[in-house]
Amino acid sequence: MTIKTPPPAGTRLMMSGNEAVARAAWESGLALASAYPGTPSTEILEELTQYPDLSAQWAVNEKVALEVAIGAAVAGSRSMAAMKQVGVNVAADPLMSQSLAGVVGGLVLVVADDVGLSSSQNEQDTRFWGRFAHIPVIEPADAQEAYEMMKQAFELSEKFETIVILRMTTRVCHVKSLVTVGERRAKNSEGGFTYDPNRWVLVPSTAKRRLPIQAEREKALKAESEKSPLNFVEPGSDKRLGFVTSGPGYLHVKETFPDAPVMKLGLSHPAPFEAIRAFAGTVERLVVVEETEKILETELKAEGIGCTGKDILPSNGELAPEILAPAIAKLLGEPVPVRKVTHDAATLFPRPPTMCVGCPHLGVYYTLSRLRRQVTIAGDIGCYTLGALHPWKALDTTTCMGASMTMALGLDKGRLPKDADKSVVAVIGDSTFLHMGIQGLLNLVYNKGNATVLILDNHTVGMTGGQDHPGTGKDAYGMPAPKVDFMKLVEALGVKPERIHKVNPYMMPLLFKTLKDEMAIPEVSVIITDQPCVLIEDHERFAPFTVVEADCTGCGNCLKTGCPAILVRKREKLVKNGKEQELAFVDIDISGCTGCGLCTETCGPDAIKRMIPKAAKEVQAHG
Amino acid sequence: MAESKIMNVLLCGIGGQGVLTASEILAEAAILAGHDVKKTEVAGMAQRGGVVTSHLRFGPKVFSPAIPPGQADVLLAFELAEGLRWISHLKPEGIALVNTMRVIPPVVSTGLFSYPDDPLADIRAAGNRMAPIDAGGIARELGNSRLVNSIMLGAVADALPFEPGAIKACLVKRFSAKKPELGEVNARAFEAGRAAALAAAKAA
Ligand SMILES: Cc1ncc(C[n+]2csc(CCOP(=O)(O)OP(=O)(O)O)c2C)c(N)n1
Ligand code: SF4
Ligand code: SF4
Repeated sequence: MTIKTPPPAGTRLMMSGNEAVARAAWESGLALASAYPGTPSTEILEELTQYPDLSAQWAVNEKVALEVAIGAAVAGSRSMAAMKQVGVNVAADPLMSQSLAGVVGGLVLVVADDVGLSSSQNEQDTRFWGRFAHIPVIEPADAQEAYEMMKQAFELSEKFETIVILRMTTRVCHVKSLVTVGERRAKNSEGGFTYDPNRWVLVPSTAKRRLPIQAEREKALKAESEKSPLNFVEPGSDKRLGFVTSGPGYLHVKETFPDAPVMKLGLSHPAPFEAIRAFAGTVERLVVVEETEKILETELKAEGIGCTGKDILPSNGELAPEILAPAIAKLLGEPVPVRKVTHDAATLFPRPPTMCVGCPHLGVYYTLSRLRRQVTIAGDIGCYTLGALHPWKALDTTTCMGASMTMALGLDKGRLPKDADKSVVAVIGDSTFLHMGIQGLLNLVYNKGNATVLILDNHTVGMTGGQDHPGTGKDAYGMPAPKVDFMKLVEALGVKPERIHKVNPYMMPLLFKTLKDEMAIPEVSVIITDQPCVLIEDHERFAPFTVVEADCTGCGNCLKTGCPAILVRKREKLVKNGKEQELAFVDIDISGCTGCGLCTETCGPDAIKRMIPKAAKEVQAHG
Repeated sequence: MAESKIMNVLLCGIGGQGVLTASEILAEAAILAGHDVKKTEVAGMAQRGGVVTSHLRFGPKVFSPAIPPGQADVLLAFELAEGLRWISHLKPEGIALVNTMRVIPPVVSTGLFSYPDDPLADIRAAGNRMAPIDAGGIARELGNSRLVNSIMLGAVADALPFEPGAIKACLVKRFSAKKPELGEVNARAFEAGRAAALAAAKAA
């Protein structure tokens, strides 16, 4: 375990928003945190494992995370759940209902929105959930605010007995700035769980009884918002425009229009309409700067407060200075600043993400790409989603976590005559399978689907940087934990034992044969791969391979593995039987090569040879 | 946009090159010099060879964390084509320090795209002050390819508004904490980078 002594109160530290939230939670007397990884929220829970006297846990999914936190809060403790924006969709069920019953100990739901869409399947705006679930939303702009507002969120949560959403965005989570930290408050110790079925047992009669309480709470929160110090005005000399803004939007406004009056909302839902109305009266024109959707603007208009917003600003992405400046100049009828572009970066080659050198997923996608015409491949989310890209192009769908299992059943049963001869394959990672795939596989078996399922068990959550889960045998602290047995699990879900195989994904001939055989059998089969992600401790490197120049015929087969350590040394065109053929002679970057041997299985002339360990060491020392 | 007393340093490179560590060291030096600091990373999938940038802003009070296009005072590029990719982020009076090392991605290697023939010429054509640094070559001379990072920190040292020694001290502190010899090696790399940048500036 890596629990350190936290830096003392009064220290000024360079912290990311995620680190600041973790520190603030600890200082607030947090007893329990539960989270499922997801960019940009992942580091919050990782950070929390370094603090003493609390329990930080990886949950199998976000619904589970929120419910665990609810349990702790109902028991009287302070708790939190952390997730990325799409995680709230998974956690929506407990969120919507527990809003009626509320909490006793403070519960903060920290949600990180991927504004700018750098690592998600959508860009949804978490502020909607506050409206939908009738709970308050607090929006920090930077790390210092994230720190302060996390503490205030706990206070608000206990005062109003409600879950509170702390809405972060990528620019809050990952920006580092200076934060002055404070003292830890003791954990809650008075009270405890109170027997109260009229509150905690949400049958229809209870829910009905709680509805007016929820409405009263919302009214009280509105009043709170009107006087909250989290919502304030910063006067400015240039009163042509006044800005209402929240989150990083505030920073962008201050950067771009230092002289304009600004009303900043920290407690942004429920919004302080009367205070905003008063502010509007002091400026010529009100502009709403909100990331990302038109939410506050719509509410202000409904309140009869005239404003401008999404008619001049985009409803997606960051409202950075380079977006704000021209939009506002146009609004004011001023000349739009033009910038001389000295070089157009769009003309340059891209550097798309690739799978790692020697990744255990490479063999799976090479194999699937060989079977491409015979299969429809339902995919899922993780590093293995990259299988959709060049050179494999061996993934047909990705929607959300767990959807490979379920869509495979639909693709099977809903197929049209054109696809009658195709097999359906579903590909899912170990963490994704445990997150939401188990139910889908159960459903696939129960409904007598015909699909071959590949569970890519690389013993970690690779996509988000290598977290543990119930299949790794370790908990969030890296301590030993019960380990799920995937073979037994899928058998318990109803897959026939003879249809379950464990295969080493680097042994492609065996993988190919197993896949082919199972595709031909009209029932559910499961193939589990069992080699670790190259970025985790369990992974073992071997002496690298090299290409014997004289033996390489330039066929380019090994390039189809997609291993980034294989580089083209020389290209040539060959005319054979009147047909033009492209030749690519290769080299292996031996400092990167993990020695997995995968590419050797694709090389006809056997030109790829393992370097003898001694020679390899020498070359590495010089490379 | 208002003129500000904020210093904007954009670091760019590829996942695994140490861009983020370099940025942290510069941030530390800026904090020690009494500045307010914001640092933000846009790392695609950093571990997997994607483009990595780190925006470092410091001054009396920093608001927006990201450097808008055309606003960077200094561009520190850890790879040649990446230097070209981000050159347009510089102010006209800004300066670029560019490692001339080329890292060829699979999309180029497999023939889908091509790497520009002479990125340095294209960078020059953009019209900023520019110093090419053969950090790979210098690192090889010093006997360790991992030193590129410290060489580039040395190269940028004289372009920033605080004592070069301050950056060096932060660098040495960080590496000495791991192993005392490492501090020394990196200090040498830092000085070699500094000398290379000064020589390049003279030549220009
Ligand atoms: C509901 C939801 N939560 C979290 C994420 C972020 N996320 C995407 S894939 C993934 C897990 C990937 O792990 P695994 O399935 O083991 O595949 P690997 O990346 O290791 O190949 C996570 C956490 C998401 N996209 N959606
Ligand atoms: S992080 Fe792991 S699973 Fe992801 S591409 Fe790299 S080796 Fe593969
Ligand atoms: S052996 Fe081949 S496939 Fe494996 S890491 Fe080395 S180059 Fe890549």
